[in-house]
Amino acid sequence: MNIKLSNRGNTLVATLNGELDHHTAEYIRQKLDAEMLKSTTQNMVLDFSKVTFMDSSGIGVVMGRYKNIQKLNGKMALAGVNDKIKRIFEMSGLMKLISAYDSIDEAINKM
Amino acid sequence: MNPINEVKLEFVSKSCNEAFARVVAAAFVSQIDPNIEELADVKTAVSEAVTNAIIHGYENEKGLVKMVCKLYEDAVEISVSDEGKGIEDIEKAREPMYTSRPDMERSGMGFTVMESFMDRVEVASEVGKGTTVTMFKTFKSVRGKNDAPKQ
Repeated sequence: MNIKLSNRGNTLVATLNGELDHHTAEYIRQKLDAEMLKSTTQNMVLDFSKVTFMDSSGIGVVMGRYKNIQKLNGKMALAGVNDKIKRIFEMSGLMKLISAYDSIDEAINKM
Repeated sequence: MNPINEVKLEFVSKSCNEAFARVVAAAFVSQIDPNIEELADVKTAVSEAVTNAIIHGYENEKGLVKMVCKLYEDAVEISVSDEGKGIEDIEKAREPMYTSRPDMERSGMGFTVMESFMDRVEVASEVGKGTTVTMFKTFKSVRGKNDAPKQ
């Protein structure tokens, strides 16, 4: 799994690419947290459109980042979440806390 | 009912083997040609069970994880075992959102995902001896498809 990071204003956009499981979650967590520390980012959009597999480890990654963003009084949104991934997020109640949009642009405009 | 095929796999409890195990399970199950959604269900459930063995069974220490897949005409039974610390309270471990490792950002949804993606999940565990999770799934897309008379 790899991750592509870019900044749009004070929003960090992270596109995850590949399989998100317990093994790859640690790497993603580190990358995201390091980026949040060094930049003036307040909001975060996580793009799942290139995630080919995800198990419940993905819930922890998203919830953990959501808590960090909340401490900064920022907002968080998801983009490109397919039905399979949505089903796992919904089981945990995560979709009630964090909005999901079809695209990164829509997420940035509406979050 | 006897299985039509069976595979046993043993691997070291390294997290990179989570992907290996779920790909092996999916490749084995694909012999009876389930649809893509059903294969993805199996992959997700196996990933959860193997992750549990590595994180909770062996607590990230070195050990061996065993996976046994039994294939039937239109179904599969997969068991994932470790010889790790075992589960004290299985009922509690299976509760949604319960995790013994909130420090690792674990969501406590592993068993819930397994139960939701497979038809049946059984857990046998003894403290100090280890845990075996056995999962069963019938593939509705396959049912009847393999009934053609054998040569």
